[in-house]
Amino acid sequence: MRREGSPFSGLGAVTTKELADHLSSARMRVLEWLIVLTAVAALIGTIQQVRDTVSEDPFVFLKLFTEARQPLPSFVSILAFLIPLMAIGLGFDAVNGEHNRRTLSRVLSQPIYRDALLMGKFLAGLITLAISLVVLWLLVIGLGLLLLGVPPSTEEVLRSFAFLVVALAYAGLWLAAAILFSIVFRSPATAALTTLGLWLFLTVLWPALSPGIAYAISPPHPLYQLLNQPDPDTLVWEQGLARLSPSTLFGEVLRAVLNPATRAIGPIFLEQLEGALIGSPLPLAQSLLIAWPQLVSLIAGTIVLFVVGYVVFQRQEVRA
Amino acid sequence: MNAVIEARNLTKRYGDASAVDGISFSVAGGEIFGLLGPNGAGKTTTILMMLGLTDVTDGEVRVLGLDPAREPLKVKGHVGYLPDSVSFYDNMTAAENLAYTARLMGLDRAEREARIKEELERVQLADVANKPVGTFSRGMRQRLGLAEILMKKAEVAILDEPTSGLDPQATEELLGMIRDLKSHNVTVLLSSHLLDRVQKVCDRVALFQAGKIALIGTVSELARQVLGSGFAVEVEAEGAGLAEKLRVIPGVSSVEATGVNRFRMLADRDVRPEAANVVVGAGGKLRQLSVDEPSLDAIYNRFFQKQNGAGEVRDAA
Ligand SMILES: Nc1ncnc2c1ncn2[C@@H]1O[C@H](COP(=O)(O)OP(=O)(O)OP(=O)(O)O)[C@@H](O)[C@H]1O
Ligand SMILES: [Mg+2]
Repeated sequence: MRREGSPFSGLGAVTTKELADHLSSARMRVLEWLIVLTAVAALIGTIQQVRDTVSEDPFVFLKLFTEARQPLPSFVSILAFLIPLMAIGLGFDAVNGEHNRRTLSRVLSQPIYRDALLMGKFLAGLITLAISLVVLWLLVIGLGLLLLGVPPSTEEVLRSFAFLVVALAYAGLWLAAAILFSIVFRSPATAALTTLGLWLFLTVLWPALSPGIAYAISPPHPLYQLLNQPDPDTLVWEQGLARLSPSTLFGEVLRAVLNPATRAIGPIFLEQLEGALIGSPLPLAQSLLIAWPQLVSLIAGTIVLFVVGYVVFQRQEVRA
Repeated sequence: MNAVIEARNLTKRYGDASAVDGISFSVAGGEIFGLLGPNGAGKTTTILMMLGLTDVTDGEVRVLGLDPAREPLKVKGHVGYLPDSVSFYDNMTAAENLAYTARLMGLDRAEREARIKEELERVQLADVANKPVGTFSRGMRQRLGLAEILMKKAEVAILDEPTSGLDPQATEELLGMIRDLKSHNVTVLLSSHLLDRVQKVCDRVALFQAGKIALIGTVSELARQVLGSGFAVEVEAEGAGLAEKLRVIPGVSSVEATGVNRFRMLADRDVRPEAANVVVGAGGKLRQLSVDEPSLDAIYNRFFQKQNGAGEVRDAA
């Protein structure tokens, strides 16, 4: 059965309304300040440390993103933590909020499909996240210019921009997850807790669990144990399992994109290093190639979550 | 006139339970049609199926000749819907709320602003147009919902429990606005369990019971069916042998004397003109003549009493 009319009619209206809601909401204010303050705190520390090496390091700007100065973690690790928080904060009451305000049936009685409502909410969240990330990015570049006194090279700008895109993909994934749970659970509190729980599990617990599971699935050969070396088979399992967590994928892409010296992600076999100049930087295109599968996985994950949410939403009763 | 809404054997099942069980009815253009019935009778479910907001299990429904399941956007573009206890975004003003729905309807900016202003005035909300809806009373929200339907220039208005929770005056105002819709040639379908209120505006009604339509027709038709004779005409007149003369008027089933020179006639229609003729013809003096229209409440109660009575007999057998 073909549907009449465009699934996108009304998309613009929904997106603009939701975007305005996000940008003016108190929730967004809180999240923004949280992110800006922690990010600036991390940056100030890093800049002091990096400043001493300005002359010798060709990628000093990228160091702003990746260097950590005790006791604060690096700028990117803070973001890796805060981006999901922000995305979940924007999405956890997307659909159940409409249910609970009893506005859903009135909105859906207008000539739009449910597609437009869901897509509009996702896009508005994504645009909000993009705005925040761009502001943060400008903040880093600006502070770097001011305090380091050298302009970033073209490659540094491109690499940090690639970082921006990856961060947005990562944010999109958690936004899609939050919206999915906002469809499944009628109570926003339940949806928020479930999404946060999933995030904590995948970010904190899963990386700790995956070696054990890999060990159980593919126990290392006794020979390797004797030599006190890791078994490559076990390592492959370990890595595969760890990559089920989006935060692992995100970390891997960041390593490739922000650190030109990264030649491979995960365990490296000797033959891969043949002819390689250890420590010499890779060109941007090569770094992107390394990170490509991870980035695609993040985007694919987002699409899968969105589609599952879409299917559930289509079948849901509109009445409160 | 062509049927604007038509349902044939329309059925909705949730699992094993039927919320709507094979109902058929049709609503003509410009008519005010009432879906009446107790809680859980299936009124809202029927409405949601007409808007394509819930799937039809069996049978079919056509609105303006369109299938809401196949062409929901066209149907929803021509049909205005006021949900049961309508809600708006509380943090947005009345005008902003309408502007959002107007954009969903695809109206351009100039059109939007003109219509919002016009309709807010029509429902007497112009002076609170820029107040957040969170501060609105129930009646104001209901009127705002009606403004939304007016703004759509809908050909069909579907109103679910439009008067529930309103005080008598607000109800009266709202019913006035519903009549106003009819005068603009809008077909209105409304659901309610406040029978005596909606009786005044409905051209025809369908009585729902447990997912089925138990009775359908104009109020006086239903009265004839259920109460036997629906109209009670009170006559106060002086004259000889009036009771016998009144009894022979066609359609009159009984005449009883309720006092000195007072009679109460039961009839299946309004027989006041004939009664007046009879009194004058007999050389009597007519002092007062009044009619009690059949009340839907009475019909409703009597009907379900009968049903329950029949049920008990069946159970006993
Ligand atoms: N999602 C659902 N799942 C299962 N049963 C449902 C669902 N929605 C409604 N029902 C059942 O369908 C029946 C009809 O409900 P409906 O809301 O249409 O009644 P109604 O006539 O509008 O009642 P009211 O006057 O209370 O609004 C009820 O018995 C209700 O329990
Ligand atoms: Mg109802």
